[in-house]
Amino acid sequence: MIHLSAAQMVAKLANGETTSVALTQAHLERINTVDADVHAFLFVDNEGALKQAAEVDAKRAAGEKLAPLAGVPLALKDVMTQKGIPTTAGSKILEGWRPPYDSTVVAKLKANNIVILGKTNMDEFAMGSSTENSAYGPTHNPWDLTRIPGGSGGGSSAALAAFEAPLAIGTDTGGSIRQPAAVTGTVGVKPTYGAVSRYGLIAFSSSLDQAGPCARTVLDAALLHEAIAGHDPKDSTSINAPVPQVVAAAKSGDVKGMKIGVVKELNGDGYQSGVRTRFEESLELLAAAGAEIVEVSAPNFEYALAAYYLIAPSECSSNLARFDAMRYGLRIGDVDGASAESVMNLTREIGFGREVKRRIILGTYALSSGYYDAYYGSAQKVRTLITQDFNRAFEKCDVMVSPTCPTTAFKIGEKSNDPIAMYLNDIATIPVNMAGIGGMSLPAGLAPEDGLPVGFQIMAPAMQDQRMYLVGAALEAALLTKWGAPLLSQAPALAGK
Amino acid sequence: MSSLFRDDVANLARLARIEMSEEELVSLSNEFTVILDAVARVQEVAGADVEPTSHPLPLRNVFRSDVVIPSLTPDEALSGAPAQEESRFRVPQILGEEA
Amino acid sequence: MALSYYDVIAKYEPVLGLEVHVELNTKSKMFCGCSTIFGGEPNTQTCPVCLALPGALPTVNEKAIESTIKIGLALNCSIAPFSRFARKNYFYPDMPKNFQISQYDEPICVNGYVDVEIETDEGPKSFRIEIERVHMEEDTGKSLHVGGATGRIHGAEYSLLDYNRAGIPLVEIVTKIVPGTGKYAPEVAKAYVAELRDVLRSLGVSDVKMEQGSLRCDANVSLRLIGAQTLGTRSETKNVNSLRSVERAIRGEMIRHAELLNKGERVVQETRHFQEDTGLTRSGRSKEQAEDYRYFPEPDLVPVAPDATWIETLRAGLPERPSIHRKRLQEAWGVPDKEMAAMINADVLNIVEATVNLGADPTKARSWWLGEISRIANDKDVAITDLTIRPSDVAEIVALVNAGELTDKLARQVIEGVIAGEGGPAVIIAARGIKVVNDDGALMAAIEKVCAEQPETAEKIRNGHLPAAGALIGAVMKETKGQADAARVRTLLLTHLGQGE
Ligand SMILES: [Mg+2]
Ligand SMILES: [Zn+2]
Repeated sequence: MIHLSAAQMVAKLANGETTSVALTQAHLERINTVDADVHAFLFVDNEGALKQAAEVDAKRAAGEKLAPLAGVPLALKDVMTQKGIPTTAGSKILEGWRPPYDSTVVAKLKANNIVILGKTNMDEFAMGSSTENSAYGPTHNPWDLTRIPGGSGGGSSAALAAFEAPLAIGTDTGGSIRQPAAVTGTVGVKPTYGAVSRYGLIAFSSSLDQAGPCARTVLDAALLHEAIAGHDPKDSTSINAPVPQVVAAAKSGDVKGMKIGVVKELNGDGYQSGVRTRFEESLELLAAAGAEIVEVSAPNFEYALAAYYLIAPSECSSNLARFDAMRYGLRIGDVDGASAESVMNLTREIGFGREVKRRIILGTYALSSGYYDAYYGSAQKVRTLITQDFNRAFEKCDVMVSPTCPTTAFKIGEKSNDPIAMYLNDIATIPVNMAGIGGMSLPAGLAPEDGLPVGFQIMAPAMQDQRMYLVGAALEAALLTKWGAPLLSQAPALAGK
Repeated sequence: MSSLFRDDVANLARLARIEMSEEELVSLSNEFTVILDAVARVQEVAGADVEPTSHPLPLRNVFRSDVVIPSLTPDEALSGAPAQEESRFRVPQILGEEA
Repeated sequence: MALSYYDVIAKYEPVLGLEVHVELNTKSKMFCGCSTIFGGEPNTQTCPVCLALPGALPTVNEKAIESTIKIGLALNCSIAPFSRFARKNYFYPDMPKNFQISQYDEPICVNGYVDVEIETDEGPKSFRIEIERVHMEEDTGKSLHVGGATGRIHGAEYSLLDYNRAGIPLVEIVTKIVPGTGKYAPEVAKAYVAELRDVLRSLGVSDVKMEQGSLRCDANVSLRLIGAQTLGTRSETKNVNSLRSVERAIRGEMIRHAELLNKGERVVQETRHFQEDTGLTRSGRSKEQAEDYRYFPEPDLVPVAPDATWIETLRAGLPERPSIHRKRLQEAWGVPDKEMAAMINADVLNIVEATVNLGADPTKARSWWLGEISRIANDKDVAITDLTIRPSDVAEIVALVNAGELTDKLARQVIEGVIAGEGGPAVIIAARGIKVVNDDGALMAAIEKVCAEQPETAEKIRNGHLPAAGALIGAVMKETKGQADAARVRTLLLTHLGQGE
């Protein structure tokens, strides 16, 4: 039962073949069996999940009209507040903190009667591409437990790939939904900026952060997308417009006549050969499905990574200032005679991991007087140029595509001492965040040389998220026909468990 | 070539309220030499004619009406407090000036 | 030996710069829905947003924007077609986010002015104070320092934080530099803050209570040699909390700077704190230790771009400018310039106006507030508005005097009672048994008694020496415990002594 898609689970719940309690129980058992190996979860809410499941079953039994995903279990990235449930953002500085309020995403999940199994592991404050930066230890890729599951949302992607949950919530600041999806053979969508409320999402970089759905199929992602999207008056940057019809698009998958723009700059040197092979093959399948493949150019994308590593650290240096040991979280050094300032300094020294400190210092520098224009200011200008590149390209095509990442999953520890090499993972995903548009990653197959999943990225103009689902569904259908079974059925690491 | 020296990092750490060991100051300043070189590339294309974008959305004037909504209870407000007294957050002595 | 103020102004020209912070009187906070009511139990007016809990986001109070635009318009500012919030980053425990949402290089109102008039040696003179900007920001929480002797920050063992005030909307009004006030600098500054307060009050956007901190002034002062062009080094005196303190703080800083400069020492650019008790300032944070605020556009909020229709609607709804209002009152009341200036100076104009609006005669209302009541306030060393007596009490007393039910002397007793907290005039009159003696029989008995006691004086009056009547009237009033109408006593006395008409 845990190997089904969420949509299939919904069907079985509807026709009485299963109950939410049974489904939830099955997933909790799976977590119990495999999570010691995978370490996708930081907290499993056994009791709460079963209670929530029983409530949905009761509502269903009483004939209440339920939301499409009612009763389906989900894994929540630990960056979202959930009232009364430990929320750490992968950081020691928040160890033991239980928020007194629900994030809007959690409120919507609850309103949809989606069962929250627990909180998933992540790079501390979403800073990283491997989940190695979690204060609570790394998560392992279910395809190969010695490899990274991507990051920052590696816990969510690994939970899906290990069948610990059929749905998960991720957040994507520079690729943290799409890159983990790519390296675990799952589907991840970063909606248009402002489509999903950020209220209750522990901020990394406010102008880039966006929550989105993670799933094993395009349709499942669409169902979750519609459940969590929509205007929220608590988030001033939330879009006040109807949610695009993404479920309808995922069900249609009709790409006849669509123009698909291949980004010249995101497919060449530095991309692993198997990644390029699978990408080319996917383009052929889309062409066969009736889409027209065109080439587009985005000359300023090469500056995106540099701009990102100024903007995100700058915003984070300010966003993370609130972790000061005064009102919540860790407090170190509160001995007789200590000052508030010394306690802040010590707590932040001990409570933050190395990557977080590195970025706070970098951001503090980029914003400081005398350097603002050269760094933060220039990065903002690059942001304009990237948006202009997208606008020009979208005059020639309906969606843009690229490999999601240059490589397949690397080994845990392989890049942890080389920040620049680590940052290069996000080279193809970052432009999307800079422009605030939508991006999706879905599995394109396995790289012949290492047998590891490759991701295919689809980018759509702002507020046209449904286009990603049309193309994603078309490619997914074509690949499924080719493979004969979902890609994840080939994942070797947990076979037998 | 941009670089940051140990003392620069120490000053930034002070601004950011992070205690740092000597070893950390030195290793960070070495890393920053590399990182700053990489990020300084933004200056190559950031001409005076380019408008900065601080935000991806073209939204304007998003307001809420002046209506009181219920606050947290004091218990909820103080639920995460490392120390509390008389419904207030208890913190170590505050040095520096009176605000 | 301290320099005299005269020595200072003979040599130096002061240059001022004033920053005034005003708490708006919105119902909810600037960026969240928590109540702004003053004096609630600690941390009962807090939420994830104003406690800066992880994940919380600000939302902008529309009323606060509207109030700020109104203030800008009333201060003759241009309203920016596009403005933004910015983060001002620095760590302080009473500021939960460790940044303040403020405005930086894109404030909502710019380039205004305020004209203030003060009495000078050459008569009334007007000064124009130019406004650089008016912007929005948020207040901080309050800390209570425990341990140590004084409850002050120095020597405290620990502090207790209450975030009820964190996030209260603040408007900051910043002047351009103000040169050319010469020796009147302290008076001009005081008049400016008073004018701002009156404007804000007329707009109804703030409680403008300096004592409660809803209006507070930071005063920048520098000196330069008379005739010099370059500016001297300034000091910034923070949180000056009364009109009188504005004047005292600036005068004190001028003297302090001059003493340093005369000795060939330099003035340190720093913040200083005004001390009510001594009238002096104490050194705070010097510029050398100053923070780098690392301002950048607040990414959680979108720009404020008020359209012309909104601005013009607000402009059309502005109340009469206080200076014009004052002129109109002066004409209506027929008050000479000097009396008007006295009322403004004693800060009783509003209260007199309120009393008149309740039916009192302007002359009577003015004389009570400016006379007896001001005297009591001075004796008690409190602001007149801090006394318990209200315009309605004075209006009631004036009416009673007009009706002959109180004499001026009795009225004073009633006022004293109201200020002592014994209740309203009617309650005090009843409780103290105050009444005018109108019974001619009783008065005649007293007159006869007094004449018998002072036969020589009585004889003088009989012989036409009328000024001597005063002594006997006084004695009769004493005899009747002040409850007699002095005019009636005079008539009866003179008739009794053969001097009636
Ligand atoms: Mg300010
Ligand atoms: Zn609040």
